Amino acid sequence: MSAAPGPAAVAAATARARRAAAAVTDPELPMLTLADLGVLREVSADAEGGVDVALTPTYSGCPAMAAMRADVVRALKAAGFAEVRVRTALHPPWTSDWITERGRRRLAEHGISPPGPAPRHGGPVPLSLVPRRRALRCPRCGAGGAELTSEFGATACRALYRCAACGEPFEHVKEI
Amino acid sequence: MTTHDPAGDQESVYAGLLGDTDASHWAFGTGFDDPLAGVDTAVPDGVDRADLAAYCLMLGDDALVLAQRLAEWCSRAPELEEDVTLANIALDLLGQARPLLARAAQADPGAVPALPPGSPAPPEDALAFFRDEPGFRNVRLVETANGDFARSTVRLLLFAVWRLALLERLRDSRDPVLAAVAAKGVKEVAYHRDHAARWTVVLARGTEESARRVRAALEAVWPYHDELFQSHPVERRVAAAGVGPAPEDLRAPCAAVLGEVWAAAGLAPPEVPGLARVGGRAGRDGVHTEELGRLLAEMQSVARAHPLGSW
Ligand SMILES: [Zn+2]
Repeated sequence: MSAAPGPAAVAAATARARRAAAAVTDPELPMLTLADLGVLREVSADAEGGVDVALTPTYSGCPAMAAMRADVVRALKAAGFAEVRVRTALHPPWTSDWITERGRRRLAEHGISPPGPAPRHGGPVPLSLVPRRRALRCPRCGAGGAELTSEFGATACRALYRCAACGEPFEHVKEI
Repeated sequence: MTTHDPAGDQESVYAGLLGDTDASHWAFGTGFDDPLAGVDTAVPDGVDRADLAAYCLMLGDDALVLAQRLAEWCSRAPELEEDVTLANIALDLLGQARPLLARAAQADPGAVPALPPGSPAPPEDALAFFRDEPGFRNVRLVETANGDFARSTVRLLLFAVWRLALLERLRDSRDPVLAAVAAKGVKEVAYHRDHAARWTVVLARGTEESARRVRAALEAVWPYHDELFQSHPVERRVAAAGVGPAPEDLRAPCAAVLGEVWAAAGLAPPEVPGLARVGGRAGRDGVHTEELGRLLAEMQSVARAHPLGSW
């Protein structure tokens, strides 16, 4: 019978698990990893070859959550972890502010406008009868002055714009 | 599994989805996974489990039934962007319904319809697809037929203004699951409310025809509004236990927000009585209009035809 791994080995396993989980990509925005998106909240290995992961959903109905969870399990099993436990972290809720700098750069490189700072909702949310003004740059030509087509795009997290300069439509990740 | 390729260019970013032997990427959203997986689901002291379950069904059924109504707009909306928008709003509401129904099932397993042995459907699906109409606790507003776009817009406005006011207060619930669902839902429903409010103003200030339709919509939907603020005994007890706001406390904040919309739109709600209760009972008691039966027949038919079905 071998002795249980010491704290150093567990820390190394946690680092390895974190790298493996962090590299999993979002099925709907595959230019982003789960770490870029900010949904990977916690990774910790134990002394028995298992690992616990906490993921937070971006939107309540985000259908990609189940795929993300399955992908994390596969990635960690492939990295040699015998037991992978993925839990849902509902609180605090995800905010687009958690998208990393690298994630923002990757979005822009792939033609998607990254979100600005998210509004803070402490008390009542004031009614807004005109669309929120966003200072956007067209991810294709860099021009400002894009026109909002719709606050709701192909997925719940994206709005649709059209560039006034080059005429191309593009998506913007919403502030939430 | 796909991993990030740092040298990936615009064309190859989706390649990871194609060269994969695992097909689950193409079936996401179809899995039976628990929306409360790993969430601490202890019921707070002093909260009656049956009341908590009934309250979760009320809020969950409101979201589920309106999600189903909005989904009926798929491929029928006046323009493509609106089609996508209504589907997105439906999906947000469905996403709010799932943890609420799952929470109801945890708090009171007796509320979940029994399924044949071997059925893979989780309790939230059993509640959504195998409960009969009198078991649904949604307000009657959300089950009303879509009508035209103006009517669906005004219905969404009345609902979202109320639900946002409710979720803003539910963030402080003593129930940690309700508090978490509310904190997330506030951000989503704020978009729904503003969207419906903008369309209401656009229609009212648009052509003669659009103004006529939005006024007719308000006449038709307004009688369902008051029921949102009528307290059911369950709502009063969960309010006393610090789990949810008292419905009557939402009346003034909702009236203030709607007042802003009516002022901008040049509209006024009609002076008509609210929809009558039936023997003192209404949607929260499981007493519904005939519209709900038709909606449920469509929504539940596939699951009921295949109670052992799996994807
Ligand atoms: Zn451009």
